[in-house]
Amino acid sequence: MKATHNGALRRSLGTVGTYTILSVISLIMIIPFLWMLSTSFKEPQKIFTYPPQLIPSTFRFENYTDVFKLIPFEWFYFNSVYIAFLVVGGTVFFASLAGYAFARIPFAGRNIVFLILLSAMMIPHEVTAIPMFLFMRELGWIDTHLPLILLPIFGAGGVFGIFVMRQFFITIPKELEEAAMIDGCNRFRIYGQIMLPIAKPGLATLTIFTFVTNWNEFFDPLIFINTRKLMTLPLGLSLFTDEVGTAWHHLMSATVMATVPLLIIFFLAQRQFIEGVAMTGLKE
Amino acid sequence: MKDKGKQRRKGPLTREAQITGWLFISPMLLGFTLLLLFPMGLALYMSFTDWPLLGDHKFIGIDNYRHIMSDALFWKVLTNTVYFTVGLVPLNIILALLLALLLSKSLRGIGFFRTAIFVPVMTSLIVWSIVWKYMFATDSGLINQLLMLFNIKGPAWLYDTDLAMPAVIVTSVLKNVGLNMVLFIAALQQVPRSLYEAATLDGAGKTKSFFNVTLPMITPTVFLTVVMTVIGSLKVFGQIFVMTQGGPSNSTKVLVYYIWEKAFKLFQLGYASSLAFVLFFVVLVLTLIQWQLRKRWVFNESDA
Repeated sequence: MKATHNGALRRSLGTVGTYTILSVISLIMIIPFLWMLSTSFKEPQKIFTYPPQLIPSTFRFENYTDVFKLIPFEWFYFNSVYIAFLVVGGTVFFASLAGYAFARIPFAGRNIVFLILLSAMMIPHEVTAIPMFLFMRELGWIDTHLPLILLPIFGAGGVFGIFVMRQFFITIPKELEEAAMIDGCNRFRIYGQIMLPIAKPGLATLTIFTFVTNWNEFFDPLIFINTRKLMTLPLGLSLFTDEVGTAWHHLMSATVMATVPLLIIFFLAQRQFIEGVAMTGLKE
Repeated sequence: MKDKGKQRRKGPLTREAQITGWLFISPMLLGFTLLLLFPMGLALYMSFTDWPLLGDHKFIGIDNYRHIMSDALFWKVLTNTVYFTVGLVPLNIILALLLALLLSKSLRGIGFFRTAIFVPVMTSLIVWSIVWKYMFATDSGLINQLLMLFNIKGPAWLYDTDLAMPAVIVTSVLKNVGLNMVLFIAALQQVPRSLYEAATLDGAGKTKSFFNVTLPMITPTVFLTVVMTVIGSLKVFGQIFVMTQGGPSNSTKVLVYYIWEKAFKLFQLGYASSLAFVLFFVVLVLTLIQWQLRKRWVFNESDA
């Protein structure tokens, strides 16, 4: 009797402890967002008032419209979105094509080529960025979006994509293909009409990963883009940070606008996001 | 024998397979050669040259590497990078493991906590760094305003040579702890229930079964995560760029920041390349360790 009583007590204490730890850490994660949202509506002089106000006494919506006057924010957005779309599309297409070949087509040298590709994944981006800068300058591609689109598709991101897709195609039963081949399908049709539809979960994972990585890409835009209007969100926002100093109300309305759409997508597709991360495993 | 049969079956396909196979990988292979392999080789060559942005470059042998050894700022930057890594990795891993253990219980509201902790992972690093720069701001920052409630005058976090790096480390841990947490949750779910039942039958308590069942079972994931987190930390850049710009007085200047500065602000492209190869060498060693460990574990698993 006593033992079970003790056990129950300890269990409920454990539960209380668990909830306390989780609540504290969750709060630390959420408060910056609330603070960001709150400041984004504040009057400039209210930013420094003490004690801190979570809910502003008056809401200043001009903070948001001001941002568009101060920086070409709509261009940052447009550039980020369209570059991310092209990169995702390109990566998914080329990586799944190559991933399928590595998984299923027995061609000479397949394993050695795959190994070379994989080992290139450990090359830090910073190493190739310097010659790439010269290369792009020769081509006249500095201050254009071409390096921001091509480098991620065919660089380490693409190699990662090949790896993910190969792992996926390997798990699909061979019988499906063999049947189609007997029916006289060529490999392009097998790939496009049979394999791709089955590999949807893998494609979804790769899409999510590529999108998030690209949306946050900072180093490449920093070295390749100089013109304001051509900047992506992370680059545009980081320069804006340098310029506005302590005009946090403007900065926070810009970060709210940069963050909210992605967070909404995340909440809608949360399960896939988290499972995708767990599935593809380790990537910084 | 079995192999032979397989080959014969594939026989008539081979020619077609050769062509299609190479065709399918050719776009990636071409891009990879031009945009990764070729620059890698050029970078290696550049690291042995004095290469200004304009004008001719000249081959100077290992002078850049010799210069690195006597470059006081390089050692400072390397120390800072190690400081960042040593500060971040244990904090990140232990917190992620703790959260994963707590969140793999079946409790009410677990989904909410999981989401809250994962949200920063989904936020752009630059945005997260801007917001935390604001949190740490001396007068208007929330942290110092909250300290004021207790009549404590908060320090100028990001302008203090002792406090700037810890502030950046905390920001970075909070940003990425959710990622490692999810990886650990996935690993914990792989641990067979029967092992816990067996441990309980043997009279093991919770603590004991954690150290004797859980930990050994998830060790491979933990080690791989540690290596990946270390590699990620060695390449830290964005948060430094936004929060401190390497300051105050170089106290947060890290390796990649130094490479970026040398290459794209001072345009000492040769020297910057040799610095980048130092980074590459460290990452290479760590990756080889990781591969070795992975091989050993895979072997052990199939052995058992």
